[in-house]
Amino acid sequence: MKVQSAMFYFPEEVIEHIFSFLTHHHDRNTVSTVCKAWYKIERLSRREVFVGNCYAIRPDRAAARFPGLWSLSLKGKPHFADFDLVPPDWGGLAGPWIEALARSCPNLEELRMKRMVVSDENLELLGHAFPKFKALVLVSCEGFSTDGLAAVARSCKSLRELDLQENEIEDRGPRWLNSFPDMCTSLVSLNFACLKGEVNLKSLERLVCRSPNLKCLRLNRAVPVETLAKIINQCPNLEDLGTGSLLADQFSEAYVSLVCALQKCKKLRSLSGFWDVSPLCLLAVYPVCANLTGLNLSYAPTVQGQDFINLIQHCVKLQRLWVLDSVGDKGLTVVASACKELQELRVFPSDLFAAGPATVTEEGLVAISTGCPKLNSLLYFCQSMTNSALITVSKNCPNFTRFRLAILEPRKPDPATNEPFDEGFGAVVKNCKNLRRFSISGLLTDQVFYYIGKYAKALEMLSIAFAGDTDQGMTYVLNGCKNLRKLEIRDCPFGDGALLADVTKYETMRSLWMSSCDISLRGCKALATKMPSLNVEIINEWEAEMEENLNNGVAEVISNNNNKHFNNGNDDRKVEKLYVYRTVGGPRSDAPDFVWTL
Amino acid sequence: MSVETERSSTESEVSGLDYEETALTLRLPGGTSRVAGSELDRKRGFSETVELGLGSGAPVGTRGVASTDDQSDESPESQASVAEKPPAPKARVVGWPPVRSFRKNVMKSCKLVKVAVDGAPYLRKVDLEAYTGYHQLLTALQEMFSCFTIRNYPDEERKLVDPVNGTEYVPTYEDKEGDWMLVGDVPWKMFVESCKRVRLMKSSEAVNLAPRAQQS
Repeated sequence: MKVQSAMFYFPEEVIEHIFSFLTHHHDRNTVSTVCKAWYKIERLSRREVFVGNCYAIRPDRAAARFPGLWSLSLKGKPHFADFDLVPPDWGGLAGPWIEALARSCPNLEELRMKRMVVSDENLELLGHAFPKFKALVLVSCEGFSTDGLAAVARSCKSLRELDLQENEIEDRGPRWLNSFPDMCTSLVSLNFACLKGEVNLKSLERLVCRSPNLKCLRLNRAVPVETLAKIINQCPNLEDLGTGSLLADQFSEAYVSLVCALQKCKKLRSLSGFWDVSPLCLLAVYPVCANLTGLNLSYAPTVQGQDFINLIQHCVKLQRLWVLDSVGDKGLTVVASACKELQELRVFPSDLFAAGPATVTEEGLVAISTGCPKLNSLLYFCQSMTNSALITVSKNCPNFTRFRLAILEPRKPDPATNEPFDEGFGAVVKNCKNLRRFSISGLLTDQVFYYIGKYAKALEMLSIAFAGDTDQGMTYVLNGCKNLRKLEIRDCPFGDGALLADVTKYETMRSLWMSSCDISLRGCKALATKMPSLNVEIINEWEAEMEENLNNGVAEVISNNNNKHFNNGNDDRKVEKLYVYRTVGGPRSDAPDFVWTL
Repeated sequence: MSVETERSSTESEVSGLDYEETALTLRLPGGTSRVAGSELDRKRGFSETVELGLGSGAPVGTRGVASTDDQSDESPESQASVAEKPPAPKARVVGWPPVRSFRKNVMKSCKLVKVAVDGAPYLRKVDLEAYTGYHQLLTALQEMFSCFTIRNYPDEERKLVDPVNGTEYVPTYEDKEGDWMLVGDVPWKMFVESCKRVRLMKSSEAVNLAPRAQQS
């Protein structure tokens, strides 16, 4: 019987139409590998691309492959850069990407970047190169100033979204707000909460007046209550609001205006900011609480005790809550009884060094897990935890997809039993079958890794600190976690044996980070030799500090052979920081002197 | 239960560069001196700091570090007094707890102090950095315990009055040296820098409190 290959007779347009139903980039990646014809059709019709590691592919190649690109998401530095473990000037430069896109992808509308270094010139180019540009989202980035923002505001005529989350932005004055077009803007979402400097309040008010589509507005600390009230009056249909400084006198006009304005906000679903908030201003917020799905109080250390309890009791539809541990176990217990729809909880430490009395403990977490069965995402900093609590929590909430627990003191055992937390975290991986992201802490032996390797089959990202006994720990994870994409380890006794236990595994992962572990130069060299498709990068701390001192004019160069000491023949030297990632781009050309690619 | 091998290369990161090691040559930190023994010594130092700093009930013995055992055995009084004192500042580990630098910087710029009112059942906290001067602070205090109104006296003393029973309250604060002072005596910036906590004291009790006087 003659078998017909029916697919060959489909016109390209039809295949493209079929592909248009594939929205997830995993699926699009898969179909592109079927045959040359499909690769071509897929790449020309691809609209969104996600690059989880900006060094996994050269920008030119990515941009040339997808000329019809509308939306690009990029991540730069390793995650531990958030905690100062990666020296400055390490890399993650946005420039080459924006330049490549400018050459090949004129239809670009959205650019999302995380942990990348962006300059004002880059933003300038962005404004000029992409006439349809609509959305810029920068998370945890640095290297630019308010001048760069002005360039974007000025040049991107159809800008809909400017979302700045926790970036380090140099303040060069408040003029950037004036740079938006004089006519009506198309702004839907504007978030400048992370800006540290002053804001021209009149400009802000005028901007809001001429932005009729505004749904999300997050102000920075410099915006006082008077302005906030005026703004809310102007946009009663706001869905997402980040307040400025919430300080007002009881009998002031500003306070009264705020109260009235907030009462009109029927569509408000998400609230954040609360800088410097006084208990009085918290009262003004009550009328909107009943419809809130998201609440971020994590920058409001003065909201605690009864004030917090009174507020949260109104928030019966809350799905996402970010707070400081100053709300205490008592506060969390009230959350558990009021917020039955809660899905995501983040409890940040208000006292980084755990020097004061315990604020939240296992009690608060158990209460939440009992009261909020829909909980699936947790970030919890605490001074105290027990295995028994973790076991209870894992049974109450089997739907966790993200579970991150940070017991503030490294290597602390369970105070009730003096045992490590192997069983507690083991219970989490056993009971929560959908766990994708996991961070563990406290005293931990190899046993917890045995459990993770055995049970955490859906796990994609694992963060480990101050844990384990031997190489076997890391090996359990590498062997068992089939879906692992990112593994980051610090201060654990894993050595070359663990690093080399399963070298082909790293090709299936995005990246591996190891710092302050027990690996040697010999081991890293062996890995690099065996796996040429990986970049094996070593960060030389001393060199990095020298470079910084040079840049600051504190030190002089005494030798030109910067890399010489890397290679002085002693391969038994311990490697302080290792970053390994798969790439088709080869060793990176922008590596600073203190990064050595083996 | 195995005694965990404690690894802490954080000591050098905490104290900055290990200058002895890098003084004369350009080489990787640690270099050839990374011998197990010396590492272990460094680690002991780290765990000692942490253990003593805790003053907690956790038996030091389980850590298997001999030196701390000796210390806990020979002076029960000192251990008790360690437990009572506020924990000594712990060794700062780079990048721990895992909080984004942005958030850390925001928190650093806070100056939180507790506010207590004689007779009131609960404390509040205020961020002194949020206010620009005494008037703002007093207004905020007034609102917090909103039964008060501010009564201005001609000699610039500021008192808070509870209209229900007419009791006057005087805002006082404890400074770095542990002395209780009247709020308003020193320039605002100096106050923000030295204030540890605030107490609204009943006027009757504050009689003995003169500017910069010691509490008897």
